[in-house]
Amino acid sequence: MKLTINGEEHEVQAGTLAELLQQLEFEGDWLATAVNGELVQKAERADRRLQDSDRIEVLSPMQGG
Amino acid sequence: MPLFYGTEIRSRLLLGTARYSSPAVLAEAVRRSRTDVVTVSLRRETAGGRQGGAFFELIRELGVRVLPNTAGCHSVAEAVLTAKMARDVFETDWIKLEVIGHQDTLQPDVFGLVEGARILTGEGFEVFPYTTDDLVVAERLLEAGCKVLMPWCAPIGSAMGPQNMQGLRAMRAEFPDVPLIVDAGIGRPSHATTVMELGYDAVLLNTAVAGAADPAAMAEAFAMAIDAGYAAHGAGMLEPRDMAVPSTPVIGKAVFS
Repeated sequence: MKLTINGEEHEVQAGTLAELLQQLEFEGDWLATAVNGELVQKAERADRRLQDSDRIEVLSPMQGG
Repeated sequence: MPLFYGTEIRSRLLLGTARYSSPAVLAEAVRRSRTDVVTVSLRRETAGGRQGGAFFELIRELGVRVLPNTAGCHSVAEAVLTAKMARDVFETDWIKLEVIGHQDTLQPDVFGLVEGARILTGEGFEVFPYTTDDLVVAERLLEAGCKVLMPWCAPIGSAMGPQNMQGLRAMRAEFPDVPLIVDAGIGRPSHATTVMELGYDAVLLNTAVAGAADPAAMAEAFAMAIDAGYAAHGAGMLEPRDMAVPSTPVIGKAVFS
C-alpha cells in the first residue's frame, strides 16, 4: 500500500493509523495526526483504517511565535 | 489582570518560544519575563523523532499556559485543521489564529481570518486572531465570535514598533471592553510601553526577546516596560503642549533689580 506521510511517499503494510505509527516508530503522547486533511484524534487512531493513496500528517509541538 | 475568555492571566506579556539559541535560554527568558502564556506551534515530526516531545516536556515544566498558533498557514482549511490538531495535543480551546495573506510582509489575510474565526468558534475554540488595526475587520471578527483581538503594530519580526498610532488609538476607543493584545512588530521595551500607554491590555512578542544579545535580561526589561505603560495609562498622562509651562511657582519670586 502506497501512502504519503508528511509529504513523502512510503510503501507500507498497515491496517490502521495506530499500526502505521507503531511501524514507523512515531511514539509519544504529543503527536497530532490527520488523514486526507481530517483530524484523527489520539483515541481514534486504532479504529482509523487506511487505504492506498491516503495522505497522512504527523505533527508534534514546536517552537512558535 | 486581563481576562481572556474568562481566564485571568498573571502577566500582560505573552511570549513566543521561537528563535532562542537553546532550550535553556528559552526557559530562562520565560522565567525572567514572568509571563503566564507562551505561544507554541506544530510542525511535521520525523519518524522515530523525539524533538517535539522534548520541547513539549520543557513547556510543561515551565508551568505556563499554552497558546498554540496556526503560524505559516496560508489558507482557511490549513489553519482550521492545524487548530484542531493543536487542540488534540495541547488540550486547550485557545488558538492564535494566523492566516497569512502576503509572503513578504506576513500581513494577515483578513478575509480568511474572519472565515476561519467563524468556523473555529463554531467548533468551540476560543480564538485569538492575529489581525491588522482595521476597525471593520475587527468588528467582523467580534461578530464571528472572537472575544479577544490581536492587532499587529508592524510586520512580524520587523522590530519597527508602532507604525500607526492613530489606528491603534482608534481601535482602543472603538472597543473599550474587548481585551486587545498588540501582537507583532514590537522591537524595543519602549514600543511596548507606548502601546500599553494607549490602554492596550497586553503585548505578545517573540523576536525582540529571542533576538536580543541577552534574551533573559531583555525579557525582564519588557516585563518592566509593560508594567510601566499599564500603570501610566491608569494614572492619567498629560497631553503635550506647544509652549513651556514653568514647573516652579513664580509667585513669591525675589526681585533683585
